[in-house]
Amino acid sequence: MVIGGITPEALAFGFFTILTLGGALGVALNRNLVRGAVWLIVSLFGMAGLFVLLSAPFLAAVQVLVYIGAIGILFTFAVMLTRSMTNLRERFTNQWWISAIVAALFFLFLLLGVVVPVWGGLTPDQAPAVVGTTEQLGASFVDGNQFVLPFEVVSLLLTAAIIGAIVIARLHEEEE
Amino acid sequence: MVPLWMYLAVGAALFCIGTYTVLSRKNAIAILMGVELMLNAVNLNLVGFWRYQAPENMSGQAFAAFVLVIAAAEAAVGLAIIIAVYRSRRSVVVEDVDLLRW
Repeated sequence: MVIGGITPEALAFGFFTILTLGGALGVALNRNLVRGAVWLIVSLFGMAGLFVLLSAPFLAAVQVLVYIGAIGILFTFAVMLTRSMTNLRERFTNQWWISAIVAALFFLFLLLGVVVPVWGGLTPDQAPAVVGTTEQLGASFVDGNQFVLPFEVVSLLLTAAIIGAIVIARLHEEEE
Repeated sequence: MVPLWMYLAVGAALFCIGTYTVLSRKNAIAILMGVELMLNAVNLNLVGFWRYQAPENMSGQAFAAFVLVIAAAEAAVGLAIIIAVYRSRRSVVVEDVDLLRW
């Protein structure tokens, strides 16, 4: 189904791209950090939509659950715990314009030097229609020939990180 | 289907916005948000390359899942550090955190 040369997929891609990049710009430029956290959630939601378009439904679900559900809420809590500092009079460092130039040049380099010349020639027909399912992904995580060792290491790292976060953020009674 | 380079362009733009946020913001929490944006751009590239180049095995999705776990751990530890620093210094401005400066 093609309406005026634009497929529904391209339309969805444009919509989710606007959500992702608009949310990211909101994070970069917003003065109020609570609003920045909301913009971050908008951006992450757009990313979940792009994952759906790339036929990775499990990652889209995990994006919504982990990123929006956990990390977004974590940021909101952190902003509220440090609330007197959320409305800084000066948002940016004194070198913000150097940062802007560096980021813009980096983007131009990536786009004109890497993305378009190398990957622009890849036509959509070359992408196979057969894609992996969530079942295959789960099997690859517990398959001894694929990702079982990184999977275990990552679970250990997550445990260590959570214990470390508790230890760092805990109130020390003797200091209070 | 949308060609691959469009996904890569979105990833590049997202990464550069994240870079700008990390380099220019004063607030440490905003800097962590920028890092999250950059990790998301990496994830988009991983899944995009997986879909268009090697969909027969699950490496791209698996690596994206690992990046997601690392991002969650990084956010937890980073925010804990920020809250600890805020308790002792009453500030989340990165320029005020000069404990380790020589």
